[in-house]
Amino acid sequence: MSEFEKNISEYKEKINNSKDLKELLSISSEIFGKNGIINLEFKKMSSLSADEKKIFAANINKAKKELSDIYKEKNSEILDKDIIEKIKKEKIDITLPEKEFKIGKVHPVSQVIDEISCIFSEIGFSVEEGPDVENEYNNFTALNTPENHPAKDMHDTFYLDKDMKTLLRTHTSPVQVRTMIKGKPPFKIIAPGRTYRSDSDQTHTPMFHQLEGLHIDKDINMGHLKGCLNYFIKEFFEVDKIKMRFRPSHFPFTEPSAEVDIGYRLENNKIIIGEGDKWLEILGCGMVHPNVLKNCKVDPSKFQGFAFGIGIDRLAMLKYGINDLRSFFECDYRWLNYYGFDPLDVPTNYRGLSR
Amino acid sequence: MKFTKDWLNDHLKTKKSEQQIIEKLNGIGLEVEKVEPIKNELSDFIVAKIIKTNKHPNADRLKLCDVDIGGKATIKVVCGAPNAQDGLVTIYAPPGSIIPKNGMKLEVSKIRGETSYGMLCSESELKLSNESEGIIELSKKFNHSIGKQYFKNKNNSNVIELSITPNRPDCLGIRGIARDLFASGYGELKEIKDIKFKKTLKHYLKVKIEKNKNQACSIFGSCLIKNIKNKESPSWLKERILALGLRPISAVVDITNYVMFDLNRPLHAYDLDKIKNSITIRNSKNGEILKALDNKTYTLKENMCVIADDEGPLGLGGIIGGIRSGTELDTKNVLIESAYFDPGITRKTAKLLEINSDAKFRFERGIDPQSVKDGLLMAVKLIVEICGGEVSNFDIQETIKYKKKIIKFDPKLVSKTIGIDVKEKNITNILNKLGFETKKKNKIIEIKIPLWRPDIYGEIDLVEEIIRILGFEKVKSIEPEKVRTKPTLNFYQKHFHLAQRSVASKGYYETITWSFSDERFNDKFKEDFETIRIINPISSELGVLRNSLYPNLIYYMEKNLNRGFGDQSLFEIGPVFTGNKPGDQITVVCGIKKKLYDEEDFKREDHLDVFEIKKDLIQTLVELGIDKNEILVEDKSPSYYHPGISGSILSKDGKYLFGYFGQIHPKITLESYGFEIFLENLVNFKNHNKKNKESLILSDYQKSNRDFAFLVNKDTKSQLLVDAIKTIDKSLIKNIKIFDVYEGKNIPSDKKSIAIKVTIQSDTKTLDENDLSEVSNRIIKSVEEQTGAKLRS
Repeated sequence: MSEFEKNISEYKEKINNSKDLKELLSISSEIFGKNGIINLEFKKMSSLSADEKKIFAANINKAKKELSDIYKEKNSEILDKDIIEKIKKEKIDITLPEKEFKIGKVHPVSQVIDEISCIFSEIGFSVEEGPDVENEYNNFTALNTPENHPAKDMHDTFYLDKDMKTLLRTHTSPVQVRTMIKGKPPFKIIAPGRTYRSDSDQTHTPMFHQLEGLHIDKDINMGHLKGCLNYFIKEFFEVDKIKMRFRPSHFPFTEPSAEVDIGYRLENNKIIIGEGDKWLEILGCGMVHPNVLKNCKVDPSKFQGFAFGIGIDRLAMLKYGINDLRSFFECDYRWLNYYGFDPLDVPTNYRGLSR
Repeated sequence: MKFTKDWLNDHLKTKKSEQQIIEKLNGIGLEVEKVEPIKNELSDFIVAKIIKTNKHPNADRLKLCDVDIGGKATIKVVCGAPNAQDGLVTIYAPPGSIIPKNGMKLEVSKIRGETSYGMLCSESELKLSNESEGIIELSKKFNHSIGKQYFKNKNNSNVIELSITPNRPDCLGIRGIARDLFASGYGELKEIKDIKFKKTLKHYLKVKIEKNKNQACSIFGSCLIKNIKNKESPSWLKERILALGLRPISAVVDITNYVMFDLNRPLHAYDLDKIKNSITIRNSKNGEILKALDNKTYTLKENMCVIADDEGPLGLGGIIGGIRSGTELDTKNVLIESAYFDPGITRKTAKLLEINSDAKFRFERGIDPQSVKDGLLMAVKLIVEICGGEVSNFDIQETIKYKKKIIKFDPKLVSKTIGIDVKEKNITNILNKLGFETKKKNKIIEIKIPLWRPDIYGEIDLVEEIIRILGFEKVKSIEPEKVRTKPTLNFYQKHFHLAQRSVASKGYYETITWSFSDERFNDKFKEDFETIRIINPISSELGVLRNSLYPNLIYYMEKNLNRGFGDQSLFEIGPVFTGNKPGDQITVVCGIKKKLYDEEDFKREDHLDVFEIKKDLIQTLVELGIDKNEILVEDKSPSYYHPGISGSILSKDGKYLFGYFGQIHPKITLESYGFEIFLENLVNFKNHNKKNKESLILSDYQKSNRDFAFLVNKDTKSQLLVDAIKTIDKSLIKNIKIFDVYEGKNIPSDKKSIAIKVTIQSDTKTLDENDLSEVSNRIIKSVEEQTGAKLRS
C-alpha cells in the first residue's frame, strides 16, 4: 500500500467519524483543497511517462470519486441530523389564529344586478343605462303620462327646479325612451339603475333600484312577455317550477298592463318561492303603448313589444332573506359582511348564479 | 274604494260568494287591497279589564285606573264609578268613539289635572238599559276577550276595499264594479228603475255658467227641495255610510255621499235659505276667500272654478263646499247640485290649494257627464222618502254637449297583441256587456265608447278590455329563444363590473349610499362643482345631490366606528353629480380605509399609510388594464385631502385624470385614507390608447444588479430618478427598485439619500464588466443631469 493509498483510507475513516459540518468542511479542504492530498498526488505525475501518467491519474481519480461519494453521503447525513434537531425545538401552538385574509364584499344589490344581467344575457338582452337626473318629458310625457293626471300621483317625484322640468327619475322607464330614440328597432334591452321617489317609511326608501326590460320587434306579443318573465323568475330563484299570476293593472306606458304575482309559502318565517297558496307582487309589465312608440319615433303599425319593471332590492330581499329594505342603504359593517358577496362569486351561466 | 257584498247586490244579481267575487275582482284588474269586518257605531267598544285602581290625587270621588285593553301596555283612564275596582272586566270606549246615549265624540281629556285616555262605560251610556249607577260588570268568561269588540257583527259580512287604478273612475262607484263583474260572467246587471215623482215646485233660483277662459264647469244641474225635515239617517243608510269608513252626519249629507259611492256621482247639498239671490259658476278673482267644510279658510287665486252667489264663493267646483251655505240638522230648504267639472282644471286647483276630497278624487279622474240627471233623481227620491218635502223641476245648464267617441276597431289586433285567437263574437259580447255599443262594418267594428270610460282612447285600450275580462291566464307562454346578437355589456359597463369586483377583492366592503347628501357636509367636497338642490327633499340632511362619494361614505364609516369597528374599508361605485341637467354625472369608484386597533390586539405589521391606499388604487388600475408605465403620479389633489400626503394619478401625457388618493384632510376626519377613480376618464383613455400585448421575450442571459445611492434635494421626487433611469435603454433596464430613502446623520440637512437597485440584462448576450460599467455610467449621468442628484461615493 502506497503512502497515498494509506492516506485515502485514513481520510475515509475521518469523514465517516466527523461529527458536524464544520469538521467535515475542514476535512474536505484537506482532501480536495488547493494543497489537499488529491492535488499533491497529481503534482507527482510530472516526472512520469505518458503511459504511466494514464494509470497514475486513473488511480487518483478513482480515489477522488470514492472520497467524494463518502463525503456527500456524510454531508447529507449531518444535514438531516441538524434539521431533525432543529425541528424538535420548533413545536408551536397551531391553534393560534391564522393571519387575517382580507377579502371585501360585493353589495347584494350589485350581486343581484349581475345575476339578472347573466340571465337576460342568455336570451339575448343587452344592458342599457340612463342618467339619474331626467327631464320631465322622458320620465312622464314620452311615456304617455298626461299632464295634470292622477297617474302622476303614483310617483312622488323629487324635482330639481321650480318649474318641475328636471327631476330625479322615478323609474327606469325613461331608458326605454332614450334607447328607442337613439337607435333603430328591434330593441332588446334591460336597464338596471337607481330610481327615486319622495317616500320614506318601513317599506319605502327615497332611493331604490329598478330593472327595466324592453323587447320590441315585428311580432312580439303577450305570449313572449309571459314566456320571458316566466323564464326569468325561474332562473332567478333557481327553482324548477314557478307559480305566476298576471293581474290586469294600469300603467300609462303599457296597454294592456299587468302586475305579476308569484306564489309562495312561509316555512319558519322564511319565504319559499314556487309553491304554496300565498301571492307576492313582484313586478309590473305590459305591451308598450303605441303612443310611447310614436313618441320614440318607432312606427307602431310595424313594431310592437313588451316592457317590464322590477324592484331589484325587493328581489334581493326575497332571494336572500333580507327583511328590512332600509338596511340596504345603512352601510352597517356587520350587515355588509353578512349579506355581502365574495367578489370572486361572479354569477355565470355555466357555473350557475349562486354557490 | 270600499263596498260590501250586500250593497253590490243592489246592482248585481249573482250567486257567487264573497270569496269568489274577491278572486274575480283581482283577476280583472280591480285589485282587492283589504277585506275586513264591517265597522258600525258600536265597533269601537271593546272588552277591558281594570288592572289596578289608584286614588285620584285631586279628587276624592274619582279613581285613576290602569286598564288592560289587549295592548302591550295598560292605559290610564279616569273613572268616577263607585264599583270600579281591581280585576273588574268592563267595556271601554277609546278616544274618537261616539257615545250612543248623547252622540258625543270622546276625546283625550284632562279630568281634574289627570289625563284620561277614553272612558269606561255604564249600561245607560251604551243604551243597553237605564242603569247609570256605575260601570258595566261583565262575567268571568269575558276574561278571554280582553281587547276584542264587545258588540259582534250581526250579519258577519265584510268591507271589501279596492285599490282602483287612476284610469278607472267608473269603478269608484259600486255600479261600475257590478258592471265589470257582469261582463266577466258573474251574474246579471240589474236595470236602474225609472224614478218618478211629482214636481210641485218651480225652480226659481237663477243659475248661470259664466263664459270664462278655462271654465272648469260645463254642466250644472240643480233641484230645489223645500220644507224637508232633515234628521239622523235611518239605520240602513247609516250602516252603509259607516261601511265606507265615513261618519253619518245627517240624512241630506249622508244621501249625497251615498249617491256618490253608488253611482260614482258626486253631489252637493246647499242650504237654500243661505244662498243670496242667484248662483253663478265662474272663475275666482285673486284674493277671494272661502271658508270650507273642512274648517279651513282658503285664499283663492285667479281662475279657480267657484260656485258663487251675490255675496261671493259658496264652494270650489268639484272640490269642496263652503261653511256659509252648508246644511244643518235644522235646514228646511235645500238645493242639490249635480255638475260636471273638467278633470285637469279641477286637479290643478286642488293641488294649488292642497285639498283632497272624495269629490275631487272623482272629478280629476273623470266623471260621466251624462250622470248629472241620474244623480239628481236618485238623491231627490231618497231625500223625499226620508225627509219629506216638495221638489222643483231640474234646472240643467249645459255649455258643452258630450258625445260618445267612436273608435274603428280591427278585431285582428286582439290576436296580434295577445298571441291567441279570440272569436269576434266573443269580442263584441265582452264589449257590449261593458257598455260599449258595437256595429260591424266590413272587417272593422265601429265602437261607441260610453262616457263613463274616459280612459278609452284607441284600439289598444279595447284590446286591454278584452284580455282583462278574458283573463291573462288565457295567454299562452312562449319560451324565449336563446340567441344573442349583441354583447350583453358594452366596453364601459365591463369596466364598471370589473372595477367593482376588483376593489372588493382588496378588502373593501361595497356600500350603496343615497345619491343625495347633507349640504353642509357635501360642501367640504364639492370643490368647483355647483350645489344641486332638490326642491322638495325628504329632509334637509338629504337636500342636495352629492358632488362626491366621500360625504356619505365618511358619514357611514363614522357610524360604524361608533359601533366599534375601528378597522374598516368601505367603497362605493356610483354617480357623482356635476350639474343639474340630465347627463351631468360621472361614475366614481371611491374607497375609504381606516385602522384603529385595540391595544390588546396582536401586534400588527400592516400599518396603514398612504402607500397602502396607493397600492390599492394602482393595483385596481392595473387590473382595469392600465400599465404601470402608462401613469404619472403628481402631488396635486383636491382640498379635502391632506395637502402633504395625497396625490393624483394621470395618464403619462397628463390628459386623463384617473384618480386621487391620500389621507383625508384631518379637519374632516382623522386617520383615514381614501382613493377615487374616475371611470369614464379611464375608459376614454383606453378607447384612445388601444394596445396589443407584445409577444413575450424571455432572456436566458445573465442578469446583474447594480446599487446606486444618490444625494438629492429634500423635495426631489423619487419618481424623477426612476424615470431618468428608465429612459436609458428599455431593453437593458429590466427593473428599478427604490430600496432606501435616508435623511439625517452624514447627510446635509437640505438633502436626502435615495438608494436604487437596477437590474440590467440583455436579451442578446451576457454582459461583461465593461458593458455593465458603461451602463452604470450612463445611469449616473442621466440621473445627475436630469435631477441634479449627486452619486454618493
